[in-house]
Amino acid sequence: MTRLCVQWTCRHKGEQGHSHKYLEIDMSKLYFSANQEDRIFYSLLMTFLMVQFVLVFLGLWSLWAWPSIAVGFLLFVMGCERVGRAVPFHLHNRYEKSLAFGFPVLLLITWEIAGNTGLINPLWFPQPSRIAISLWDLSVNFDRFSGTSLLGRPWLVGDYYRKDGFTGVYALLTESHLLATLSRVLTGFCLGAIPGILLGVVMGINRTVRLMLDTTLSAIYVLPKIAIFPIVMLMFSDPFGEGPKIVVVALSVFILMTINTMVGVRNIDPVYLMAGKNYGASRLQMMRHVILPGSMPVIFAGLRIALGTAMIVIISVEFLRAKQGVGFMTFYYWEVLVPEKMYAGLVVVMILGVLLTVVLEWFQRRVMPWKL
Amino acid sequence: MAVDDFSLDVADGEFVCIVGPSGCGKSTVLRMMAGLETISSGSIDISPGNVPGKPLNSVVFQEYAIFPWKTVIENVAFGLEMRGISLNIRVDAAKYWLDRVGLTKFSHHYPHQLSGGMKQRVSIIRAIVNDPEVLLMDEPLGALDAQTRVLLQEELLRIWGETKKTVIYITHSLDECVLLGDRVVLMSAQPGRILATYDINLERPRSIETMNSPRFTEYRAEIWENLRDEVVRSMDMQT
Repeated sequence: MTRLCVQWTCRHKGEQGHSHKYLEIDMSKLYFSANQEDRIFYSLLMTFLMVQFVLVFLGLWSLWAWPSIAVGFLLFVMGCERVGRAVPFHLHNRYEKSLAFGFPVLLLITWEIAGNTGLINPLWFPQPSRIAISLWDLSVNFDRFSGTSLLGRPWLVGDYYRKDGFTGVYALLTESHLLATLSRVLTGFCLGAIPGILLGVVMGINRTVRLMLDTTLSAIYVLPKIAIFPIVMLMFSDPFGEGPKIVVVALSVFILMTINTMVGVRNIDPVYLMAGKNYGASRLQMMRHVILPGSMPVIFAGLRIALGTAMIVIISVEFLRAKQGVGFMTFYYWEVLVPEKMYAGLVVVMILGVLLTVVLEWFQRRVMPWKL
Repeated sequence: MAVDDFSLDVADGEFVCIVGPSGCGKSTVLRMMAGLETISSGSIDISPGNVPGKPLNSVVFQEYAIFPWKTVIENVAFGLEMRGISLNIRVDAAKYWLDRVGLTKFSHHYPHQLSGGMKQRVSIIRAIVNDPEVLLMDEPLGALDAQTRVLLQEELLRIWGETKKTVIYITHSLDECVLLGDRVVLMSAQPGRILATYDINLERPRSIETMNSPRFTEYRAEIWENLRDEVVRSMDMQT
């Protein structure tokens, strides 16, 4: 008999410790009987294995590979589902973790095997192992032709410092694709976010400014920011330098943050504004004690979206016009047709995005300690 | 028009309860007194005391309205902080009142970690620490469950006994207005106007036991007789 066991924990206010409560549901009474389900599953599994065996025997397996994989996947999900029900309660955490991390690993292994057996074309789906190797190559090697490397060879920092001091270290760091992208994103992000938040607050509290700017901002908001890039290039004396790239990132972040902050300020529960006013807060105190903290949750939600937008913009700008950067690197390996290095570039972008999100979350916990 | 023909004199140290059917403009009157709503005609005056810088009124809102981004003690000391009173003094005042309502342990908690009753205690002492001429309370116990409500009513009686503040208390509970008030003002359904006032001559200090006395029941019945017609009328108007 299969049992579904639900457990929940109650923690009472002002009391130490917690109490556990259990609810047991007899699954066999809710569903068709567990035995019946068992039989269906095992008969499906046996049929599947037999069909596979016959296919291999007839030498037709590769023709039927994709349907086989699809059905196999379905059976695998069913099997995991059954395992999940049988897992004792104290192992539940481990089970969930192994699903969350195990399945991606399984996918990678399938990818690897499919690539090796020619089931998928390794030219545009290079095997994960090759991607990993090329990522390692990119990290440790220096590209003499373009004078760049992915990380900037941090293991040479000591040597360069002894040779040329800080200018040497700086020269070493400027060759890095990763640092180039990172510095553009960070500078652009800060240059856009801080004025954006300030303008957003002003638009949130002042009706006149809001009415004057809201339409314009909404119109610019729907414009793909990359479309502004040519115009921004025109404005700079060095159109291929860092200036236009940073400005495009800053602009897109700025528009997003202005709109978000305005919404955040407007959505503050009016009762807090009344409380602030009633307890004698001046305009400045109102800003510092009520409006800014009250709009913080929406501001941070906006910052996260803006971070994603900044990544999109910087990578596309680097595709277009750059001699350095992760986006440039990815595009460069398209031009010379080294697909595994293109994938390596994508991996780097993913890692960069995740890292920046983690940093932003840490910052949020510091700034908003009242959130759960 | 939300409120029409409303005139009320409140003596220093008096506890006045305003009761009426829902939607009769009780909260509007209170917000007008607090200066949070504009008045189309008429005036509201609160005569300031001898102490300079003392605020005229402080509101206890129905929805607590304690700031979720401030800790309990910061919330309680909020009014004093806005008035520029030094950190030591305001922390001491806040600590005293947190201790009086048994929340010392929770001084540095954030509001989301508190129960509804505790939040409303914080909201009430935030107003009391501010030491206003008049305490304006807008259905402060409205959102609480029945048991917590009784506990807080007793606590309010105790605190009022100590401070003897002038209080204007909005409620729709008859028990509450008879138990707490020196005077009960009955308001009519829209437009809100004063229907009747009742002096409640129950001796103080009162407690929950007071609710069992025959005089209490008489007052309650008397007010209910008038209130019932108004409630029916306001329900008719809504349909």
